Amino acid sequence: MFAATTLALGVAMILMLIRAVLGPTVYDRVLAVNSFGTKTVLLLGVLGFLMGRPAFLDIALLYALINFVGTIAILKFFRYGGLMTAMDDEDPIRQEGR
Amino acid sequence: MMMADEQAAVAQAAESVPAVSGPIFVEIFLLALLFATAISMIRMRQLFSVAMLSGIYSLLSAAFFVALDAVDVAFTEAAVGAGISTVLILTGVALTAKWEMPVDRERQILPLAIVIVTGGALFYATLDMPAFGEATAPANAYVGQAYIDQTPTDIDVPNIVTAVLASYRGFDTMGEVVVVFTAGLACLLLLGVGAIRGGGRNDDGEH
Repeated sequence: MFAATTLALGVAMILMLIRAVLGPTVYDRVLAVNSFGTKTVLLLGVLGFLMGRPAFLDIALLYALINFVGTIAILKFFRYGGLMTAMDDEDPIRQEGR
Repeated sequence: MMMADEQAAVAQAAESVPAVSGPIFVEIFLLALLFATAISMIRMRQLFSVAMLSGIYSLLSAAFFVALDAVDVAFTEAAVGAGISTVLILTGVALTAKWEMPVDRERQILPLAIVIVTGGALFYATLDMPAFGEATAPANAYVGQAYIDQTPTDIDVPNIVTAVLASYRGFDTMGEVVVVFTAGLACLLLLGVGAIRGGGRNDDGEH
């Protein structure tokens, strides 16, 4: 059963990779990378059970945290052009609305 | 000839230590995805997409390291590769150009030759290496065996890695921490906290 799960995750990873390569907009690619990170986390979890060492689950949890923070960093960079700018001051949409 | 030798070595490694290594098809699958990602990164001209693909590449290699049982390397790869260096590459893209310029054919020959020679040397070096997870390999035989034998009686730390890092090599670890702290401090002082500004918004240009 774990082998079937690994196979399904592999197919999903291939699909994410295709979307990241083809994706017409930035958001497709960011979403593809984020989903790919999630698939990696799941693959690590399944791999731990497949190899008979479920202790890998801890590492999978840490990967999930890194994936989340990394996506936030990429999106914030993409939106504001830097990581250290305050979010409220330079919101383009709000400034356009004034 | 070389391929047959490699396959024989891989098969032998898989037979001798089935519990240490991940299932062989998972490793082959991850390597194939790594190959596809690398080829796509080379073929692409839009640098933002290349940065995204490099994040995927780091995640894939981290998963591959876990499949090879090198969990600490995998964690560093995920944190540095997928997290920090993607943002660093994006900073570079924002400061320079968004599209890669095509390179002349003549200027591609020398890098290709260097890469082929280096890759060939690395493949040649792997022929001398002991099989994956072999018990008589030098890494497992002398010092490692001594640590495994003596740590429980020497030090009251149940984890051998922790005992080596924090007790056997305590001063070494402290030096490393000081070096990393100094480097981070110097980077912050040089760059200036709060003074980093990218080149405005980073549009994809296609939507």
